[in-house]
Amino acid sequence: MVENVLEVNDLSIDYDSSQGTVHALESVSLTIEPRSLIAVVGESGCGKTSLGLGIIGLLPTPPANNVRGKVIYKGVNLLELDKEEFRRYRGTEIAMIFQEPITSLNPVYKIGMQIAEAIAIRNSRKQRTPNSEDNGTKSREIREEIIASLKMVRIPDAENVMNRYPFELSGGMRQRIMIAMALAQKPSLLIADEPTTALDVTTQAQVLKLMHNLMDEVDTSILLITHDLAVASQVADKVAVMYGGQIVEVAEVNELFSEPLHPYTQGLLSCIPSGTKRKARLKPIQGNVMDLRETVNYCKFAPRCPFVMDQCKTAKPNLLEVKAKHKVACYLHA
Amino acid sequence: MHNSLLEVENLKTYFTLRGSFLRKDAKYVKAVDSVSITVDPGTTVAVVGESGCGKTTLARTILLLTRPTAGSIKLFGKNGTRSKEYYKNVQMVFQDPDSSLDPTMVIRNIIAEPLKGLSSMTKEEIDIKVAKVVEEVGLSRDILDRVPRQLSGGQKQRVSIARAIVSEPKLVLLDEPTSALDASVQAQILNLLMDLQTKHGLSYLIITHNISVAEYLSDKIYVMYAGKVVEYGSTESIIAKPRHPYTIALLSSTPVPDPKTRNLLNVEIVGEPPSSIKPPSGCRFHPRCPYAEEICQTKEPALDVLTDDRLVACHFVNKTA
Amino acid sequence: MISNKESRYRRFVRLFLKGNQAKLGLAIVILFLVTAVFIAITGKSFLPYNPIEQDVGPVLGAPSAQHLFGTDNLGRDVFSRIVFATPNDLAVSFIVIASSFVLGIFLGCIAGFWGGLIDEMLMRSTDVIFAIPALILAMSIAVILGPGLIHMMYALMLIWWPPYARLARGEALRISQRNFVEAAKASGINTFKILTTHIIPNILTPILAYATLDIGTVVIVYAGLSYLGLSVQPPTPDWGAMVNAYQDYLVSAPWLPLFPAIVIAIVVIGFSLLGNGLRDAVELQTIS
Repeated sequence: MVENVLEVNDLSIDYDSSQGTVHALESVSLTIEPRSLIAVVGESGCGKTSLGLGIIGLLPTPPANNVRGKVIYKGVNLLELDKEEFRRYRGTEIAMIFQEPITSLNPVYKIGMQIAEAIAIRNSRKQRTPNSEDNGTKSREIREEIIASLKMVRIPDAENVMNRYPFELSGGMRQRIMIAMALAQKPSLLIADEPTTALDVTTQAQVLKLMHNLMDEVDTSILLITHDLAVASQVADKVAVMYGGQIVEVAEVNELFSEPLHPYTQGLLSCIPSGTKRKARLKPIQGNVMDLRETVNYCKFAPRCPFVMDQCKTAKPNLLEVKAKHKVACYLHA
Repeated sequence: MHNSLLEVENLKTYFTLRGSFLRKDAKYVKAVDSVSITVDPGTTVAVVGESGCGKTTLARTILLLTRPTAGSIKLFGKNGTRSKEYYKNVQMVFQDPDSSLDPTMVIRNIIAEPLKGLSSMTKEEIDIKVAKVVEEVGLSRDILDRVPRQLSGGQKQRVSIARAIVSEPKLVLLDEPTSALDASVQAQILNLLMDLQTKHGLSYLIITHNISVAEYLSDKIYVMYAGKVVEYGSTESIIAKPRHPYTIALLSSTPVPDPKTRNLLNVEIVGEPPSSIKPPSGCRFHPRCPYAEEICQTKEPALDVLTDDRLVACHFVNKTA
Repeated sequence: MISNKESRYRRFVRLFLKGNQAKLGLAIVILFLVTAVFIAITGKSFLPYNPIEQDVGPVLGAPSAQHLFGTDNLGRDVFSRIVFATPNDLAVSFIVIASSFVLGIFLGCIAGFWGGLIDEMLMRSTDVIFAIPALILAMSIAVILGPGLIHMMYALMLIWWPPYARLARGEALRISQRNFVEAAKASGINTFKILTTHIIPNILTPILAYATLDIGTVVIVYAGLSYLGLSVQPPTPDWGAMVNAYQDYLVSAPWLPLFPAIVIAIVVIGFSLLGNGLRDAVELQTIS
């Protein structure tokens, strides 16, 4: 029985805002197996970014507060650790990359230096004894490691790229470098928050393919946060659909796309203009995304649901396993 | 051809780089490099391409906001000039809903602006028209007294569309109209655009990097790469059988929501779209093209007729048959 | 994003009133403004003593119940003098700021919106004025025009506008790139109307915040110039001039130079806090 890399149990997060308390996450639970990719899919305001930040402990508190639940990484509940202990996990065990690499890279340092920094942090954290050999050998080793990490993310001409500044490179290259830096510390979990949303289609394909292949090469799992179901279908082993701060459906990827159970998932799928013949109209979901400030005791999707029943307006459905490895929070299937 | 609504011929929009004013080897950004496009009345034409291909500059040049360096833009056969006449017929919906609406103005005045500038309607007539068009785009009248900050992204984009159609133009340019929106909102807006087109007999020129959106909305597609058109054809034939290696790469890179055939993981495309300042010599796609040969590095392929109603700019288009 | 029923101004006021310092600044400014207007209307009538009249009290009398701020070397009531001088300093500051604001926005907008040669010309002019220290420039003009309140005001008006023009230009440039300006062009709106309906309303707030902060600076500079004797002439009371006139008494009758100086300081602090509060509210408003 292989240990799960990550287990999130009933994670809940609130934010203070000038307009009241926002329930960003409500009782979110999921598991991530080793060397697998789980995609968390949802539209803006569904809480997926808060989930990513909550797992890695980068939530600004304030305004985030009232963080409840468990985030168990390889058997350790990260939320019970103090700030300093949690910090040691960040970067070495759990790494994160974001949508805009240009803001994650320091504009005044060359790429080589920034990767070297990531490597140095890894070395000091894993408490490798300082090399007693002379500086020349050490810097040569680091140089080789930098080139190796650039090659790992399939950057051609690594020697050249090492000496460049971030602004000289394209978006796709920068994102690969972010991946290289994140993986330099050999984490077991990489959280990627909309990593390809700002990239061109052809570049996105390359980066997604790279990430998928690296899972086995580097022995890491990936939590991919995205609004794009099509992207999720391409690289995920498991997909979790979020709405209103909750997970409404989670299943293996083939299962989810062949038999989506939650009306929201079905709605999202029928929204995608792909391979659609002109005659067949897209069927958009009625209404608007819900306001997370409201505390409700009924299904958050009820106002927009084409299959809504009386029960849905008076009680909240729980996330239940209704088929093998397929959970859904909906009274249609309870 | 004579019945075309919009005829763009050999359009070039070059920007001079700063500091190169007096130098002989002045550097240009050849954003649009000899592009020809036709839009027939009542149809939708899509210009598809990735960043740096020049499609946004193309849109802005057609809207005469950017001065063309060479070539012609003809509306109903007449040369387009920055005039009320022109803008009564051509309007645009911009990409970013946040930047499209003046934050200090109420919605009513935002939508009324083209009527104030282009027509001689009275205030009462304008009010009536604005109220009517606001409902046409699926918003309620009480939105008229709000300011943009109080609206969601989807609502703002609807206001943008309302503003674009209120003066009853014949041609509406749409620059990535749904890229900044959530999936469910995107679907609503796409359907709205289709309905408005049927109702008002509009023609659309839609600029997008998303070929699925192009497929859904358009009759014809122009594929742009590095400032040039590399392929043109009817939407069905381009999607069914793309012939230019770039179009093939673009289509195969577009994620399809089908986990059983993971097209993305089989993609072999390399490199990235080139910089507009120093594009590759010869065929601009040659560094990334799996079929490239020596001639591709030196000679730019012309946009040739492949079959009836299909144009491709490639020396070795026979390889993709 | 989420629909919000609060109007833009109400929200701005609420954000502004969140800061305690901002409220303090507002209170101070209101106090002085009210005083200035009051004196401007009623003149000497409601003052405890005639500010120019000598020997209404003992010579160099210390602060007491009858003379809150004491009396000076000619037996004049210091409190009455200070209050009476309020409209002077504030009026000069306001007029200088107002003219700089208007001129700066006008020039900056044109430069930012059109660019090209006009922009270059404006930028070089501001460079020239920036190159010379404000005080020296003002003094030179005052010397040419001759001393006096109005002349000093003209001098300051001539040199105070460049930062406003630069700020307005930068903001106008930024706003000109926004899509709604392009949409306005494509709606047949003429350039003047675009400037007045789109550009200026969008650049007002940050420049207003700067202007409020700036008032304190003008007050100080003006006080310095009147200290040098370039502004009002005796016996008309003026804060800066009073500091000059009384500085010899710093040891023997310290209240004489200190009270006018403290009043200047309070006014400047009040405007600074107000300006900071406005600027913070502007930033908060753009973030949320």
